[in-house]
Amino acid sequence: MFQDILVTGLVNGSAYALLAIGFSLIFGVARIVNIAHTAFYMLAAYFLYAALVQFGMGVVLSGVLAVVSVTLLSLVCYRLVIEPVRQHEAAVLIATIALALIFQELALRIFGGSYLGIPSAIEGVANVFGIAIPWQRLLILGVAAGVLLLSWFLLYRTRLGLAIRATANDLEVASLMGMDVNRVAMATVAISVGLAAIAGVSVAPVFVVDPFMWLAPLVTVLSVVVLGGLGSIKGSVVGALVIGYVEAITVFVLPQGAFLKGAVALSIMVIVLLVRPEGLFGVSFEEER
Amino acid sequence: MFRILVVAAAGLLAAPTVLAEDSIKIAIVGPMAFAQGENQWAGAEMARDEINKEGGISVGAKKRKIEIVRVDSNEIQSVPDATNAMERAVTREKADFVIGGFRSEAVLAMQEVAMDNKKIFLGCGAADAKLGANVEKDYERYKYWFRVAPLNSPGLGKTLFAVLGSIAGQIRTDLKKDTPKVAILAEKVMWTEAIVKAAQANLPKMKMEVVGLWQPSPNATDVTAELAAIDRAGADMVFTALSGPVGVVVGRQMGERKMRAVAFGINVEAQKDGFWEATAGKGNYVATLDTYAEVEMTPKMIPFVKAFKERYHKTPTYNAGTYDAIHLLKIVIEQAGTIDANKLVPLLEKTKYVGTGADLEFDKMHDPIWGLGKDTGIAVQWQNGKKVPFWPTEVKGMKKFGLPGES
Repeated sequence: MFQDILVTGLVNGSAYALLAIGFSLIFGVARIVNIAHTAFYMLAAYFLYAALVQFGMGVVLSGVLAVVSVTLLSLVCYRLVIEPVRQHEAAVLIATIALALIFQELALRIFGGSYLGIPSAIEGVANVFGIAIPWQRLLILGVAAGVLLLSWFLLYRTRLGLAIRATANDLEVASLMGMDVNRVAMATVAISVGLAAIAGVSVAPVFVVDPFMWLAPLVTVLSVVVLGGLGSIKGSVVGALVIGYVEAITVFVLPQGAFLKGAVALSIMVIVLLVRPEGLFGVSFEEER
Repeated sequence: MFRILVVAAAGLLAAPTVLAEDSIKIAIVGPMAFAQGENQWAGAEMARDEINKEGGISVGAKKRKIEIVRVDSNEIQSVPDATNAMERAVTREKADFVIGGFRSEAVLAMQEVAMDNKKIFLGCGAADAKLGANVEKDYERYKYWFRVAPLNSPGLGKTLFAVLGSIAGQIRTDLKKDTPKVAILAEKVMWTEAIVKAAQANLPKMKMEVVGLWQPSPNATDVTAELAAIDRAGADMVFTALSGPVGVVVGRQMGERKMRAVAFGINVEAQKDGFWEATAGKGNYVATLDTYAEVEMTPKMIPFVKAFKERYHKTPTYNAGTYDAIHLLKIVIEQAGTIDANKLVPLLEKTKYVGTGADLEFDKMHDPIWGLGKDTGIAVQWQNGKKVPFWPTEVKGMKKFGLPGES
């Protein structure tokens, strides 16, 4: 059972990490709580379905098209919906909820409520510590690791990354130093949604594609980022792994309570908020200006 | 000239109202954006077209056409939406009868609204036993409720155990296992409670060992942990009770893991033609209770399934029982010569109707009476992209149940 928990927690945690990194990044830089984050993930899954299954394009081309299309769409949404109300946090929250619901209803109208399946990019099963793991799940693990490395490189080894970190550190000072904080925020939105789209494209072949597939991951992502610390990428990764393992332990130790997976994640979120509101690696609220 | 035009225009405007007043209005209430609602609507359309083609329903000396009204309950997403939909069907649409419903929690709420308004409500989706128990408990209030499809959950349980016994027999013979190990995988919702309890009590009596109970959410998108645990427990069979999208996930992930255990039970998603595509071709060997296939369960089943496939290009699910529900209404309305609900209820209670899916006869809870040759449903299994019927074995057209690993 120990090996099962070890492998299942790692694979599921990596999928959560892919989603949580982007969510955390956009909050850390632009202070945008993007509730539509997982709705973009859902859209990427639908774009992949349309390109791969309906139009018969190749896996790689379909995946790239899905990620690029959703990223471009996010920029349009940012300019039209989020930017005009960016100064009002509550308005941003409501606007992104509205966006998510619009995407959900559009998907429902266009594709219907049926559950759709996408073929795996790599077929077959690998044997890890005596546990059968489909190759597609190991691919998710690889993509998560690659994306994590790429995000680190972007943030710590490029001028854009420097600008993003400076803006995240102090928006006003970055603005006073002549940085175009709006453009930085826009670039961050693109990166953040791009990460969500990569997550959607990677996990869609192992999950079921439907218009409501964004809701459950949203709860998990919120738990992950609160646990890891809102705005902290390192925290998102650690938080994702913790939630992945807690869920696996719940199912293995308490099989009759498997449906409580989500509730356990939410309970962790509430406990962390009470005991350490800034999360494991987040910035303490008192330190913020 | 102007006056003539005005009168003609008024006449044209009034014409539909006259027709509407003359017709019998039946509200089809269901989750219309989903397969369940689509099937309910499709079954109702077929019945309406057949009956209207023959001039309609004879109410006394008068022939009245059927008008069906599509009411989206959105109940898969929201129970309150379902109650509002039922209110709309009864008060705004002024439906004479209501047919449909899918999710037990929503149908229980909708049942209250229909009973408040003394409307005959023929269920074509929910299995929870409480819907029928209400009739027994408070007959005067709930007598307007009848369940056309599916069987109630204890009835479904009876069929499940009959099929399970047959599969266990095959495992004993083919795999040489005297006591097959069974994992129960049931989503955590109201309708599965009775089935889970019955499975835990009955399977050991049927010489099967229950290795555990796993209860994911009906909307779970990932059951790898559950399946890994089931694999670890050495299960030969996975007894499923799933109605939500988790049914697709279970089918797909069992296939991906190449599990040696075979899944059988209720898997509503596996009843749909789209299951094979939804599992990306991984749902081989998944078996479920079902209602319709091209087999001779009743004399009407094969012609109905063929006509449905020709018109809608898919096999009907049990929700298409709206077809039988409307025909049943026609019979009792013609007998009574009225659409008065209080006069129709006693007739519905007495009627024996050979439907497309079963020989319908209601018990004192207004549930279909279970029994071989009456109403049991059928069992089907996905084999290489095709849904193959395999139970009741004595019915003409049934095929052999397949076990993973068998050629």
